[in-house]
Amino acid sequence: MLGSGFLILTEKDQAGSPVRDADPAASANLFMLITFTIDGAGMEFVGRDVIDLKDFTRDEVECILKVSEEFEPIASGKERSRLLEGYVLCNLFFEPSTRTRLSFSSAMMRLGGSVTGFASSATSSAKKGETLSDTIRVVESYCDVIVLRSNKEGAARLAADMSSKPVINAGDGARQHPTQTLLDLYTMKKEFGKIDGLNIALVGDLKYGRTVHSLSYALTMFPVELSLVSPPQLRMPPEEISDLEEHGLKVKETWDISDVIKTCDVLYVTRIQKERFPDPTEYERVRGAYSITAAMLEGAKKEMIVMHPLPRVDEIAPDVDPTSHARYFQQAFSGIVVRMAVLSLVLGKRRG
Amino acid sequence: MSTQSPELRVKKIKDGTVIDHIKPGYALAVLKILGVSKDSVTKDFDKIVTVAINVPSSRMGKKDVVKVEGRALAASELNRISLITPDATINFIQDYAVKRKVTVSLPKSIEGTVRCINPNCITNAREPIVASFKVASRNPLRLRCNYCGRFVEEKEILDQF
Repeated sequence: MLGSGFLILTEKDQAGSPVRDADPAASANLFMLITFTIDGAGMEFVGRDVIDLKDFTRDEVECILKVSEEFEPIASGKERSRLLEGYVLCNLFFEPSTRTRLSFSSAMMRLGGSVTGFASSATSSAKKGETLSDTIRVVESYCDVIVLRSNKEGAARLAADMSSKPVINAGDGARQHPTQTLLDLYTMKKEFGKIDGLNIALVGDLKYGRTVHSLSYALTMFPVELSLVSPPQLRMPPEEISDLEEHGLKVKETWDISDVIKTCDVLYVTRIQKERFPDPTEYERVRGAYSITAAMLEGAKKEMIVMHPLPRVDEIAPDVDPTSHARYFQQAFSGIVVRMAVLSLVLGKRRG
Repeated sequence: MSTQSPELRVKKIKDGTVIDHIKPGYALAVLKILGVSKDSVTKDFDKIVTVAINVPSSRMGKKDVVKVEGRALAASELNRISLITPDATINFIQDYAVKRKVTVSLPKSIEGTVRCINPNCITNAREPIVASFKVASRNPLRLRCNYCGRFVEEKEILDQF
């Protein structure tokens, strides 16, 4: 939370003082932190919760993307860093996740920080009936930043209300997943040099997929053309579409993927889950229509990229992997750099 | 005031509450909020309740009016009434005279009066918080949960009362 950010960060900074010797770029950090907090102007990331990108301005999002870029050599292991040495991240994963949890851990550890936490609610005291509010109030005294994944929608907002330490939402039910969105934006920006003016098609499960909800909202900050391609059963919920339109984003809905392949710059594919369909025949039909193959991409723009939050099942055929369009594995790498950026910004070790 | 004025249709009440300028058709919803139902009337509520539906109104064209004898309104009831018919006027009557007149209004945000309809919302879990909403639209009434972002529609709100 913002209110107590200043005091805590001063303490943290002292605790982590060897870092400043190791990293000359960070040597003026304490000083910058103080002036920054006092004048209160400009972008304020220190102590901030990252619950929903709706809470951030376009400038702030672009700032995170810019800081992310600086972390590329560290994320790829070419350079070593002790920027977050002495800091502890606590992963609270009430719902399983591989990439998100591991990439948060990797980002923290590559920056010299430590990681604790649990990977499933079965190994936490939630199983004994502890409320999330209580868990947060206990855990905040064990760490400097909390990363939370829950199946309950709005859980991260509640955690942020309860915690004096910054809370990063790593997915709450079908709602928001802000760091996934940041890495998606980062991947696009890295590829095209900009996000403005891109023609982006979101394909697949637009009803339950939280990454597309989160991403489509963030795209309202940029003047893009957005197409929503889904079977009728999995259309984006009216809440989300009304949100997008309220923010001036022009949205085109279609069921036919061939409508968008020739025109889009980004084909963002998501997994269609079998359990969403009461009739298995219907699922097979839909799955076939929304599986991308290399042959389908033949009429696409040369520079068009295919993205996917992963894990994929069979919505992208393996023959797409070697094409010049595939970017989903690079996207996973972007996850490390944006999480490094978010962690160092909210912990006050990198200025916005 | 026209001769069709509801005050002439039904007798003045001595003590109690008159809820005037109710959106036409919403008198029954107001009764629901006040807990006036078949069960409550036969059990422990023996006061006179007068309901007028679709009476002509110079301000609104048509309106509903509810008069409840011998009963004041609780704050929680006022909050709920303001949600479903935000232009209502509440008159507190004492000895046939209007003692106090209150115009309800719909606040920008609602706390504690309504539950979120999303069963997966954290406000419906066993947590020490009350649901809170932003008013997304007044007419028709539409609230948006501050936690999970789900819209709650007028009908779903009425069902809770």
